[in-house]
Amino acid sequence: MKSYVLSTASAIAVCAAGVASADGHAEAEVLHYWTSGGEAKSVAVLQEEFAANGGTWTDMPVAGGGGDAAGTALRARVLSGNAPTAAQIKGPAIQEWYAEGVLADISSVAEANDWANLLPASIAAHMQCEGTWCAAPVNVHRVDWIWANTEILAANGIEMPTTWDEFNAAAESLQAAGIIPLAHGGQAWQDATVFETVVLGLGGAEFYQAALVNLETEALTSDTMIAAFDQMRTMRGYVDPNFSGRDWNLATAMVMNGEAAFQIMGDWAKGEFLAAGKVPGVDFSCASTPGDGYLYNVDSFAMFSVDGDGKAAGQELLAELIMGPNFQEVFNMNKGSIPARTDVDLSGFDECAQLSAADMASTNDGGTLMPSYAHGMALFGAQSGAITDVVTAHFNSDMSSADAVQMLADAVANSM
Amino acid sequence: MARWLQDNMPKIVLAPSFIAVMVFVYGFIGWTAWVSLTRSRLMPRYQIDSFIQYGRLADSPRFETAMENLAIFGTLFIVIAMVLGLLLAILLDQKIRTEGAIRTIYLYPMALSMIVTGTAWKWILNPELGIEATVKGWGFANFEFKWLVDPDMAIYTVVLAAVWQSSGFVMALFLAGLRSVDEEIIKAAQVDGIPTWRVYSAIIIPSMAPIFLSAFIVLAHLAIKAFDLVIALTGGGPGYATDLPATYMYAMAFSRGDIGQAASSAMVMMLVVFTIVVPYLYSELRTKDD
Repeated sequence: MKSYVLSTASAIAVCAAGVASADGHAEAEVLHYWTSGGEAKSVAVLQEEFAANGGTWTDMPVAGGGGDAAGTALRARVLSGNAPTAAQIKGPAIQEWYAEGVLADISSVAEANDWANLLPASIAAHMQCEGTWCAAPVNVHRVDWIWANTEILAANGIEMPTTWDEFNAAAESLQAAGIIPLAHGGQAWQDATVFETVVLGLGGAEFYQAALVNLETEALTSDTMIAAFDQMRTMRGYVDPNFSGRDWNLATAMVMNGEAAFQIMGDWAKGEFLAAGKVPGVDFSCASTPGDGYLYNVDSFAMFSVDGDGKAAGQELLAELIMGPNFQEVFNMNKGSIPARTDVDLSGFDECAQLSAADMASTNDGGTLMPSYAHGMALFGAQSGAITDVVTAHFNSDMSSADAVQMLADAVANSM
Repeated sequence: MARWLQDNMPKIVLAPSFIAVMVFVYGFIGWTAWVSLTRSRLMPRYQIDSFIQYGRLADSPRFETAMENLAIFGTLFIVIAMVLGLLLAILLDQKIRTEGAIRTIYLYPMALSMIVTGTAWKWILNPELGIEATVKGWGFANFEFKWLVDPDMAIYTVVLAAVWQSSGFVMALFLAGLRSVDEEIIKAAQVDGIPTWRVYSAIIIPSMAPIFLSAFIVLAHLAIKAFDLVIALTGGGPGYATDLPATYMYAMAFSRGDIGQAASSAMVMMLVVFTIVVPYLYSELRTKDD
């Protein structure tokens, strides 16, 4: 703590004097995959704050593959003994990297700033490696959202569904009216996104935890899981025949244009609506998918062990800024997510974000705040990939639910 | 010194590329083989743990689909591209007037990258944009052409696009082969009153065996390493219905942090190449020596 204050103070002092000295001067090389328009704008906020605090930021954005390319670049850097100061990693991958022995300890910053009490407990757990803090959370995306075209719902006398049966009934009547009930893109991760909301909705948070977080065979082969696959089969009937390979934002556009009524997608879809000038509650509605609980997808930065005082100072400054209330507010307003820290004033956010934050607080108290498996928050890549393979194989064929459940248990066993 | 240089110049000049090939090809094949025997996940580990990754590969329905797809795609792609290429070459060989222009037209797809081919065919085959929508627009309301979004048929769209891309190139190969056949033999056959189809089937095509070998090798390696076309055309979908071993390997290595699986699937791919190409090469080269 003391050394941190000293180094930050000296970094600022050095900069104020206009003399850049190599040690003590906070510097950070940050590897991230926020490269699209809104995302790049969001990360620029951090960059500016870092510079304003006297740091030197070296940007290393790696586009492509939803972070796959960045992951590859990171591996190459670490293998060659030249790790970046900080890298965008999330979920159990943080602990996987920690097990490789390459992550730095940022506990001093975390404890000085009381992160443990600012973050929901289960999200804080993701940021810790064997008792030490090793990553800083940036945002919380909610995954279990259902988006709807408000006008279509009103015209057909439909309320936002609160159970899957209601959803099915609404979809039937929409279909009869000649509207595509569910806008969906046939990509494996989108199938997985819908699947996890169905599992959470039908089985509840406890079942979700047992099946998709702890991978208990009993839960994976249970009747509830068969029911979840049945629901997936039913919903296969609600998407248009041309859904294969469609990108998620095109599916969002279908809801916007009134071609389709609903979409199940994380709150990055909200960004699409807002960018098109749509107003929440007027043009589109947001609600959590049927059932209780909350599936989160938290972006975070992990700090790597690097040599040099300047880099260590950079890591501590970066960690503090990432969790700082100003960055959390500005960044998340740009990105469509909500702040990870719970004490940020949300009055400037839209009503969907406010709902998300309220639900995060209440599900945290109720113990139903769950990590999203489809977005790499709950499982190692090999395991979540094995589950996704089964989900997408079932959704894209006429496999029976019983076969799918058996295949799921086999695939999970094979991925260990 | 000068003498020594003179004697060893060829070795010195070849040494860098020899070393590069040894390290970057054979060295890394060895490295991959080693890693495929470990439990490597996110990062490579070097503790050998028997054939566990190959066992997992054998139990993976997705890899099974990928291997089946490789068999379907490889066979159809090689056979159709060769047959079409040969046919086009023979037709072009009839001393027609605009041969130069036609040859260029057929050869042009080869100038495109597989990504461009894949994207173009994705739009052409998309039921809402391409052929189906066009024919429906002409008034045939019941016309359906949904191969791209049908898990059972999607792999054939990959064949279609790959054949479109490559058959012009095969045509050029065969055309060169046709032209290299000794005119005298053909003229002698014509003097003897042998029908044209017999001239082709009994004289010209058999004498083009080395061209068949070249075409086969080129197409076979295109088929086995096919990756970009699938990524652009179907993304491996619907589901994983059009996965090939190369896309499987990519998913394991780069999306899932399962390097052991990726390495073992890469080794299986290499074995497939060896079992198909090596005996063929061997027999062809041997008969030539005799």
